[in-house]
Amino acid sequence: MELFLQQVFNGLTLGSVYTLVAIGLTLVFGILHIPNFAHGALYLIGGYVTLVVMQSTGVHYFIAILASILVVAALGVLMERLVFNPLRNSPPIHDKIAAIGLVLFFEALVQLIWGTEYQRMITPFDNNISIAGVSMTSQRILVIVVAVVTVFLLTLFLKKTMIGASIMAMAQNREGAFLVGINANAVAMMTFAISGALAALAASLASPINLVFPAMGHLVILKAFVVVIIGGMGSIPGAIVAGLLLGMTESMGATYISNDYKDMIAFLLLIVIMTVRPKGLFAKGVY
Amino acid sequence: MGKILNQRTVIAVLVIFALVFPLIYADNRYVLHVMTIGFIFAISVYGMNLIAGFTGQLSLAHAGFFAIGAYTLGILTTRNEMNFWLALLLAVLLTSAAGLVLGLIALRTKEHFFAIYTLIVGYLIYLLIDKWDGLTGGVRGLIGIPIPDPIGPLTFESATSMYYLVLAFLLLSIFISVRIVRSLTGRTYIAIRNSEELAQTLGINTRINKLVSFVISVAYAGLAGALYASLTRFIGPDVASTNMVFNFLMYLIVGGIGTLSGPLVGTMLFIWLEQFLRSYQEYHLLIFGPILVLMVIFFPTGIVGGFYKIKAKLQHKKLPKESKYFNPVPEKSTEK
Repeated sequence: MELFLQQVFNGLTLGSVYTLVAIGLTLVFGILHIPNFAHGALYLIGGYVTLVVMQSTGVHYFIAILASILVVAALGVLMERLVFNPLRNSPPIHDKIAAIGLVLFFEALVQLIWGTEYQRMITPFDNNISIAGVSMTSQRILVIVVAVVTVFLLTLFLKKTMIGASIMAMAQNREGAFLVGINANAVAMMTFAISGALAALAASLASPINLVFPAMGHLVILKAFVVVIIGGMGSIPGAIVAGLLLGMTESMGATYISNDYKDMIAFLLLIVIMTVRPKGLFAKGVY
Repeated sequence: MGKILNQRTVIAVLVIFALVFPLIYADNRYVLHVMTIGFIFAISVYGMNLIAGFTGQLSLAHAGFFAIGAYTLGILTTRNEMNFWLALLLAVLLTSAAGLVLGLIALRTKEHFFAIYTLIVGYLIYLLIDKWDGLTGGVRGLIGIPIPDPIGPLTFESATSMYYLVLAFLLLSIFISVRIVRSLTGRTYIAIRNSEELAQTLGINTRINKLVSFVISVAYAGLAGALYASLTRFIGPDVASTNMVFNFLMYLIVGGIGTLSGPLVGTMLFIWLEQFLRSYQEYHLLIFGPILVLMVIFFPTGIVGGFYKIKAKLQHKKLPKESKYFNPVPEKSTEK
């Protein structure tokens, strides 16, 4: 029973990280119809910026995260302006290829600047807490708490503010949004900024648990895609449910099936789902 | 000038150059080896071109199939000590069969979903190879894959003979590609790429056509993988990695997606560029990544497509503006 509870908790942590990454991905997809393969690169850079800011200036973990969020959000906006905006009228194959080009570039860049070693991120939250026989580091609790708060705030932002509403409007109906005078460029930039910020936040939260290294974005982005497809492209509640589902499945699978094959579980899950329902579980039909 | 530089002469000169090449570099195994690897990758890229360039479905599982071909040959020739030629045939058949199964399922998805689905299947193949120690040797890989068995008096011990063998397969692959693209089937693929709905309206069975195109493209990958295994004589899980498929994609885009000579041009260019930038191996993506992005934005038809565009402009024959891909049909009609 304790083992089970432990795994539930681990699954929640994993799921929170996947959810944060996947929401960014799904927002960009819902609005711009771009499957942003370069999202993993944003995640990667987010982790490194936090680490480097902490190491070089010695500021508190939270301040480093804030810096990382700002940097990566700006990077997201740049990406939209320089790459995806010029490609908006091209055949769909082109922006995928451009995104792959970005991934290759950013990974090489990270290796050039920060080297290929695995690095540990030391945070003030590495003490152990034990509740009802389940032991956990406070970092893991932090991951869950921050994820919940972030998702809550993001939902409020999308529902209650004018900018948020215009993002949602564009996701629902592009032409309709243009008709009522929504500035497409501003919304696109905003979306990429939010998406980058979420990636940076997720990376900064997960890095103390998973280490920081140049390939850290690979698995996460693939799993985020799994989450986005299961949850339905463009759907935020879908991303939350699917993210937690995936986190749980993986954590249970690693314990009760095989640790070696735990990464495969996510992908097998997706293949089964897409085989049965080619557009994902909760797809309302792509907007 | 225009008459001397017509297509047929250029092709003849290139083929003769390829045939004479080993005589120039007879004692330089390195140059021959790089050339041969380039040819092998080009075969695979031709496969990718068929499905992505002509049929318009971006399949990112290509490296996975390349690896299935390579591992089938490797396992059959080392563990079962099977004859190379039989193993090669089986490798291509098995890869095609795997492609057929995947195609049946994956092609029900469209556009982005198809790209993501195949990317994930490709990654799954990589994970399987990496973890399935008993069959594939896991991270240690397969060692000691034999060179091709001799056919009668022909042996394949020297680098030169391997070069000619691979060249023969490359020429065959290009020939088949050309025949497909210039046939009615090829037109059908292009119709599907330009608009699937429109193609359906014209009475084209898009499902079957996409599937056939996918299986042929996968067979190319399997063939290339098998040749690769017997050339390098060692394979590890890396042959299935996503970096591999991204490399193929880069060769294809820079050379010219949806053109018949693009895959060869792109692959050979990059194979040699990589050799010249060897000392910066880890960082060459720093240049290649942005090149890929810039190509897609400014020259979406790659070097070959760009070349034809300029040529067409010089001849005052503008390509239709809305067509973002290079269309091989007008080129054929100017031949007469």
